[in-house]
Amino acid sequence: MSELPGDLQYTTDHEWLRREDDGNVTVGITDHAQSALGDLVYVELPEVNQEVESGGDMAVVESVKAASDVYAPIGGTVVAVNEALTDDPEAINNDPYGEGWIVKLEPSGDEGELLTPDAYQALLDELES
Amino acid sequence: MTKKTPLFDQHVAAGARIVDFGGWDMPLHYGSQKEEHHAVRQHAGVFDVSHMTIVDLSGEKVRDFLRYLLANDVAKLTVGGKALYTCMLNEQGGVIDDLIVYYISDSHYRLVVNAATREKDLAWLREQAEPFEVRVSERAELAMLAVQGPKARELAAPCIDAGSRDAALELKPFHGMDAGDWFVARTGYTGEDGWEIVVPAAEAPKLWDRLLAAGVRPCGLGARDTLRLEAAMNLYGNDMDENESPLESGLGWTVAWDPADRDFIGRAALEKQREEGGLRRFVGLLLEDKGVLRDHQRVVAEGIGEGEITSGGFSPTIGRSIALARLPAGDYERAQVDIRGKMLNVRIVKTPFVRNGEVRIDV
Repeated sequence: MSELPGDLQYTTDHEWLRREDDGNVTVGITDHAQSALGDLVYVELPEVNQEVESGGDMAVVESVKAASDVYAPIGGTVVAVNEALTDDPEAINNDPYGEGWIVKLEPSGDEGELLTPDAYQALLDELES
Repeated sequence: MTKKTPLFDQHVAAGARIVDFGGWDMPLHYGSQKEEHHAVRQHAGVFDVSHMTIVDLSGEKVRDFLRYLLANDVAKLTVGGKALYTCMLNEQGGVIDDLIVYYISDSHYRLVVNAATREKDLAWLREQAEPFEVRVSERAELAMLAVQGPKARELAAPCIDAGSRDAALELKPFHGMDAGDWFVARTGYTGEDGWEIVVPAAEAPKLWDRLLAAGVRPCGLGARDTLRLEAAMNLYGNDMDENESPLESGLGWTVAWDPADRDFIGRAALEKQREEGGLRRFVGLLLEDKGVLRDHQRVVAEGIGEGEITSGGFSPTIGRSIALARLPAGDYERAQVDIRGKMLNVRIVKTPFVRNGEVRIDV
C-alpha cells in the first residue's frame, strides 16, 4: 500500500479533503476506498450550488459490484464537480488523489470529524489486522 | 467458522480478495473483476467452484426417482455423460434449487447443486429418495474447476490424462465423461465454451497451477456473476426461489410437460398457473440512461404495473448496465427503473445479452 498524501485530511468513511488556496476544499475517496470498491463504472455527481451537510450524502460511486455513498467530509456549497468522471469513472481507480477528485466545496463552517494522515493510517492498519 | 476449498492457498497466493459466500471463503476477484471478465470472453479464465455440492445418486429405481423429483425429464438423457439443466420444485411449484444432472449409467446419476442451498437440498433429496430406495451420497472429497473462454479447452487439454484427452476435446456441449478418476464436462456458467473439471481434492492445486502456467487467468465470483448475467443465466436466490415459479422466472423451457402422464413434484401447481394465465414476464433490460441497475430496484411499466429487478449490474462487454427483471404481464417494450428516486429509461431486450464473445442485443 502506497503512502498517504501528507497534505490531506481524511474521514473514517474513507473520503479525503484538500484545502485549496482560494478557501475552497477538494474532496475525493481514498486509495483504500477505490481498491475496496474495485473497478468503478459510474459516478453520480451532485448539482453545482447544491448545499451539503457534514456527513451527508454527496455523491454515489458504483463499481461492477455495488453502489456506495460518498459523504461530505464537511458542510458547504458545491462549487464544482468533476464532469470528466461521467465518461471516465476509472480515473478514481487510477488516480484517487488527483484526476479522480469528485467535488469542490465552499465550506460553510460545518466541520465534521477529520483525521490527520497519521490517524487515518492508524485506522487502515487496524482494518487490515 | 467458514469453510475453505482445497484451492484456498492458491487464491491467496494469486492475490485474491476473499469474501464469505454461503459459508465459504471464496475469491471475489484477484485485482480487477473487469479484466477477469474480459479474459473469459476473449481468452480463458478458471474459476474455483469447489464450493458447489456434488451429489451422486444410485439405485435400481434412480431414473424413476429423478423423473418424479425434477421438472425437466431425465428420460431425455440416453447417452452416457449427457447433462440436463433443471429445477427441483416443491409441491407449490416454487423452486427449491436449480441444478445440473448427469446421466452416468442406468443406476447412477450425478447432481451438481448450489452451495448456499446444500443443507436443504440434501434433506429434500434424502426424504424424497427413501421410497425409491435410492442412495444419496454427497461427494465432498471432490473439487471442481470451471475453465471457460474461447481458448479454455485448448489450454486445459494438456492437463487431461493422455488416454482421455482426444475424447474430452470431442465432447459436445452439455456432455461429460470420465477421464481417469477425473470427470470432464463441456458445461459452464459464463456463456462461453469451456469445461467443468471434477477432480479429487488433493489433485486440485496442481491442476490449478498448471492452468495458470498455461496462461489461464484466475477469476473470482465477481466476474462469474457479470458473465452469467450477460449470458442471462439465472442465479438461485436472486432470480428465483421457493416462492417463485419457473414459469415466471424465465425457466419455462426447462419444464418437460410431455409425456403428460409423468407425475413430477410441482406439476399440478404449474399446470394450474399455466391454465390461469396472466403470468408475469421475466425479461432482460438494457438501461438507456447513465447509471447502474441493481438487484431489487423497482420497475414501472406505465399504465400497466410494477415489477422488480432480480439481477442487475454493469455489463463489461457491452459497456452499459443490464438486468433481469420480473414484470407484470402485458405487451410492452419500455419501462422505467427507480434509481435513488430518479426514473430512468430501460428497454426490454431479448436475452442472452452476450454469447460466445459477441453482443447479441441492439445497443
